Amino acid sequence: MKVRKLVISLTTILSLVAPPALADLVLPWLSYRTGPYSAGGIPTADGFFDYFTLLNERDGGIGGEMVRVIECETGYNTQKGVECYESTKGQGSLVYAPLSTGITYQLIPKASVDQIPLHTMGYGRTSAKNGSIFEWVFNFPANYWDGASVAINHILDVNDGDIAGKKIALVYHNSAYGKEPIKTLEKLAEKHGYELTLIPVDHPGLEQKSQWLEIRRGQMDYVLMWGWGVMNAVAIQEAANIRFPMENFIGIWWSGSENDVVPVGERAHNYKALALHGVGTDFPLYDDLRTYVLDKGMEAGDGSSVGTVLYNRAIYNAAIIAEAIRTAQEMHGVSDITPPMMRDGLENLVVTAEVMADWGLPDFAPPFEVTCENHGGDGLAMVQQWDAEAQEWNIITDLISSDKEVIDALVMEDSDQYATENNISPRC
Amino acid sequence: MFYREVGEFKTSYPQDSESFAIGLDKYGYYFILIIAFGIIPFLVNDYWANAVFVPFLVWAVASLGLNILTGHCGQISLGTGGFMAVGAYSCYKLMTSFPDLNIIFCIIISGVITAAVGILFGIPSLRIKGFYLAVATLASQFFLVWLFNRVPWFYNYSASGQISTPERSVFGVLVTGPNVQPWAQYLICLLFAFGLAWGARNLTRGSLGRSWMATRDMDIAAEIIGVNLLKAKLSAFAISSFYIGIAGALFFSVYLGAVEATEAFGINQSFLVLFMIIIGGLGSILGSFIGAAFMVLFPVLLKNILVGWWQWDAAIATHLEFISVGILIIVFLIFEPHGLAQLWRLLKQKLRLWPYPH
Repeated sequence: MKVRKLVISLTTILSLVAPPALADLVLPWLSYRTGPYSAGGIPTADGFFDYFTLLNERDGGIGGEMVRVIECETGYNTQKGVECYESTKGQGSLVYAPLSTGITYQLIPKASVDQIPLHTMGYGRTSAKNGSIFEWVFNFPANYWDGASVAINHILDVNDGDIAGKKIALVYHNSAYGKEPIKTLEKLAEKHGYELTLIPVDHPGLEQKSQWLEIRRGQMDYVLMWGWGVMNAVAIQEAANIRFPMENFIGIWWSGSENDVVPVGERAHNYKALALHGVGTDFPLYDDLRTYVLDKGMEAGDGSSVGTVLYNRAIYNAAIIAEAIRTAQEMHGVSDITPPMMRDGLENLVVTAEVMADWGLPDFAPPFEVTCENHGGDGLAMVQQWDAEAQEWNIITDLISSDKEVIDALVMEDSDQYATENNISPRC
Repeated sequence: MFYREVGEFKTSYPQDSESFAIGLDKYGYYFILIIAFGIIPFLVNDYWANAVFVPFLVWAVASLGLNILTGHCGQISLGTGGFMAVGAYSCYKLMTSFPDLNIIFCIIISGVITAAVGILFGIPSLRIKGFYLAVATLASQFFLVWLFNRVPWFYNYSASGQISTPERSVFGVLVTGPNVQPWAQYLICLLFAFGLAWGARNLTRGSLGRSWMATRDMDIAAEIIGVNLLKAKLSAFAISSFYIGIAGALFFSVYLGAVEATEAFGINQSFLVLFMIIIGGLGSILGSFIGAAFMVLFPVLLKNILVGWWQWDAAIATHLEFISVGILIIVFLIFEPHGLAQLWRLLKQKLRLWPYPH
C-alpha cells in the first residue's frame, strides 16, 4: 500500500509538468501578488480573473467553450517569469500577457519560436508595433512612445502650442521599462525645443530625495514619470514635499492608479496621469459583474480593488483577448482554437464603438483596428486627473493622438535593427 | 561494512593521491557522471532544462566560484552579482563584436575578463579583512551594475538597455537563442559545470589550495610559514571571479537569453550565492552543488507541489515558499552550521564504522 502511494505521488510530481489537456480555452496569467510591485499586480490579476469568471457564468464561456485561466506567480521577477512560461506553455496556452516589460523581452523570442502570441497592452517592446517583423507580438492599443508623445502633446495644448525653452524632467524606473520613452522624448525635444532632463530612480524606488532635490534646484516646469509599484507613491509624496505644482506632474498610465495617489492624501490633488481607458464603475458591464460574480462571492481577490484604474485596465485587457478569441473562432469556424488561430484572431481584431458597447463598456476606450503592418493600434490616450476630495480620477481631455511622424520613424528604425539581428524578413 | 578503506590496495603514488580514496565514492561519482551525461540529455524537455537543470548548473558554477574565495580562502565577498554582470556583458560584447568567434571561447574569455576585474577589486583584501572587506566588495557590486546600466556602449545603445543573445552554435548545434534544443542547453552548462568543478577539486587539493586554506585559517601564521599572502589572496580573487564570470556568461547567453543589469545582477543575487555556499557547506565542492540545488530547486519543487498538485492559490504558495525557505535556512544553520555537505561527511564517517560503532 505504502509503495503504491509513493508511486502515485511520484508519478503525480512527474506529470505536473504536463497535465492532461482539457478541452478548454486556456489563458495563462503571469501575476505578481507578492513583492514590491504587488500593489499593481493584485488589482490587475483580480480584474482579469473576474472578467473571465463573468463570461463563464453569464455566457457559458466564449463560443460555447469554457475559459480556464491559470495563474502563475512571478513576483515581477524575470527568472520566475521564464519558469512560469515554460510550465504553462504546454497546457494549451492561447496568449501570454505578462504585465512586465522585463518578462516581455524574455518571452518575445521564445514565444515566436513556440508560436504562441503575446499581447502586451500598453507595455513591452514598443517596436513590436511593426507586425511585419514581430509576427507573434501585439501591443495595441497604445505603447510607451505614444504615451511620451501624448504627454508632450498635452503640455503643448496647455501652453497654446509653444513649449520652446521649457524644462521637462523625466523621472523613470531605471530598467528596460523606464528607459523606453527616452529616445522619443529626445526626438520630440529637438522638434519642440524643450530641455529634457533624465532622472533615473533605481528599483524599488523607496528613496527619491536626491532626485526631487534636483528637480527643485533645476526649477523644472513639467515632470513626466515612468514609474511602477511603490515608486509612484513615493514620487508623488516627494513632489508634494517640494511643493511641485501637481497639475504639471504627469505620469504614464502605469503611474496613475489609486494606489499611487491615495497614500499621499490631500496633497496629491490635481496629479495627472495618462489614461488608456475610462475610469470608474459607471458602465453596464459592472451590473453584470455584480450579478454574476461579485454578489455570488466568486471574485478572485477580496473585492477591494473592484473599479480601480488597474482593475479596469485588466478588464479591458481581458475583454480585448475575449474579442480576439471570438474573432479567431469565427475565422476558423472552430470553437476550440489553437495558439496560431489565436494569433490570427488578434491580427484581424476590429474593436469599434459598437463592439465596446456589446462588452458593456460604451465609450470606454478608443476604437482601433489591427492589421498585419500595425500591431500597435492608433496610439490614442487621454489624460486623467486625481480629485483628492472626491477620491476619484476624472478624465479631463478628449483622445489625444501621438506624433506619428516621429514615432513611426523610430518604430521602423528599432524593428529593422531587430530584424537584421535575427534574420527576419518582413511579412507584409 | 561495504564503505571502508580496508581492502583498497594502492600500489602506486598516483593511485594514492586519487581524489576519491574509497571505491564506493569513486563508483558513485562515475555513476552520477553517466546519468548526467548519458541519460538526462535524452530525457530533458523545455521545462526541465529551463526551470530545473540549467539554472541549477549555472548557480552551481557561481557558488563554486564564491566557495573558492570565501570557503577556501576566507575572504568574504558580496560582489558576486556584479562579477556575474561582468561575465554576462563581456560575453554579450564578444558575441556581437566577433560574430564568428565560437561561443565556448566567448564564455571562457568572459571568465578571463571577469578574473581581471576580480583582481582589481581584490586588491583591498590585502589591507582589510572580514566585514570591512565585505563592504569593499559590496562597493564593486553597486559600481559594476551602475556602470552597465549607465554606459550605453555596454548594451550596444539599445533603446531599453536590455542585452539579448544572438544565436550561436557549437559544432553546428545551436546552444543559445530561442531555437535551442533543451538537451544542447543542458549539455553546454553541464560541460562547464563539470570541467570547473573538476578544476576546483584539484586546485583545492594542490599547493595553491593549501595556501588559500592556510590564509583562511590564520593569515599571520600562514605568512610566517612562508605563504605569499598577496599571491594567495589575489589568485583566489582571480580564480573565483573566473568561475563567477563564466556563470554570468552562461546565465545570460544560455539560460535567460535577455537580461538587464539592475534586475538580473542585483545585490539579491550576491546574497543568493552566499546563502548557497553557507547552506551547502563552506570549502566543499559538493556543498556548492547541494547549496545551489537547495536554493534554486527547492522553491520550484515546492511550487509544483502546492500549486500544481494541491491546487493552492499561487500567491499563498509563494508566501509559504518564502516562509519555509527562511525557516529551513535557520534550521540548517542551527543544527548543521557547517552546511549540508557536513551531513554527508558525517554519514560517511558513520558508514565506515557501521555496523560496529565503538
